[in-house]
Amino acid sequence: MKADRKKEITFTLNGNEVSVLVSPDEKLLDVLRDTLGMTSPKYGCGKGECGACTVLMNGKTVRSCIMLAVQADQCEIVTLEGFQKNGITDIQETFLKHNAFQCGFCAPGFILSTDELLRENPEPDEEEIRDALAGNLCRCTGYKNIIEAVEEMVENRKKGAKR
Amino acid sequence: MTNFDYLKPVSLKEACVLRAEHAGVSQLLLGGTDLIVEMDQGLLSPDFLIDLREIGDLRGIRVEKDDIVIGAAVTFTELIKSKTITDQCQALIEASKLVASVGVRNVATLAGNICHAVPSAEGAAPLLVRDAELTAVSTKGERRISIHDFFTGPRKTALKAEEIVTAIHIPRNSLKSGENYQKLGRYRGEDLAQVGVAVAVDEKYRYKIAYAAVGPVPLRITKAEEILQGGPPGEKSLPAAVEAVKKAVSPITDIRASKEYRLYMCGIMLEKAVNTAVQRMKGNKAGGQA
Repeated sequence: MKADRKKEITFTLNGNEVSVLVSPDEKLLDVLRDTLGMTSPKYGCGKGECGACTVLMNGKTVRSCIMLAVQADQCEIVTLEGFQKNGITDIQETFLKHNAFQCGFCAPGFILSTDELLRENPEPDEEEIRDALAGNLCRCTGYKNIIEAVEEMVENRKKGAKR
Repeated sequence: MTNFDYLKPVSLKEACVLRAEHAGVSQLLLGGTDLIVEMDQGLLSPDFLIDLREIGDLRGIRVEKDDIVIGAAVTFTELIKSKTITDQCQALIEASKLVASVGVRNVATLAGNICHAVPSAEGAAPLLVRDAELTAVSTKGERRISIHDFFTGPRKTALKAEEIVTAIHIPRNSLKSGENYQKLGRYRGEDLAQVGVAVAVDEKYRYKIAYAAVGPVPLRITKAEEILQGGPPGEKSLPAAVEAVKKAVSPITDIRASKEYRLYMCGIMLEKAVNTAVQRMKGNKAGGQA
């Protein structure tokens, strides 16, 4: 890689502006983890199939393992670290209550996908929950507790439980 | 991944110049969800990636007099949220919702899906049953390519190395019409179709039928359309159409399904899709589908 092929990119990471010099072939996931120290997104399948690398880009979930870092230039990126910077959210509390995760490798993807779902569709039914979370693979628990937890979040939010 | 240079033109004109300058050694980047995986696997090794995301001309969905125009940068998520597409392109909506996962659909584009041209491309059959056209531009000008002429082989298209697809045009329906898309997959979230079929029918019972994932390219099956033409599916016509489909397709056995299973399911899925499209047509208003 010729040095002059490197690009300086600037983006907002968890509310702070960051500038980094990246090679065009560097993945967003690698820059987040190795250069910027944000380790909540994980390398799972490396093909965008498992959801472990999920981050929010301009408010939408993306698969950072199949996205180039240069694609994040001028964007707003939020990782789980930023998502919970004011403490854990009702989403996480409810997942905890349902013992939804064991190893936790998939948790960042499920948490951010659930957040996106509930922002887009505050009262999803079970089918809509399953559709929204599909493509996040959990190899520990199966999905029953995860789905039940999201259903409870929906109910709690309907009742106006505070976030 | 190989060494490549990353270019981000800010206008379509500039993009065309870059595309011409690097014809044959460049790839176009929008969502990149197929491209980057294939570069990782060594299937593609461009010298230049031309990122089109700054180009405003490629964005948005608009309704013109005769066509619905989908910009090349429109993502599957944008399609799913579009009232125009929901109202007027039922099969495309159904197919879009079945593309991978939300996190992929948020960045992956219909144009990218079509230009990538894998036999299982989710967007292909819904566009084939609408006689869609693509606009391709280069420094030499602009041309329209019919979707029926676009797929030339697995991962091969009629697009020239210096061209850029800027939009997809779907002719609007003037008659009452209905559509359905059926996908055979193993699980939700991230699975390519083993068989995909789109059916469109209008109030004069003119049918359009197209399949994906059961041949080297997504294909329209005119023989089956002709058998059904002129009336609702009947006890004789529907099985005859199924037989015509089975003769026209050429599925293979691969990691996802056997040839025999695919062939069998082609028939079951045709019945479902034809019946659903006809039911919807009856319930729809002229020009709309919802």
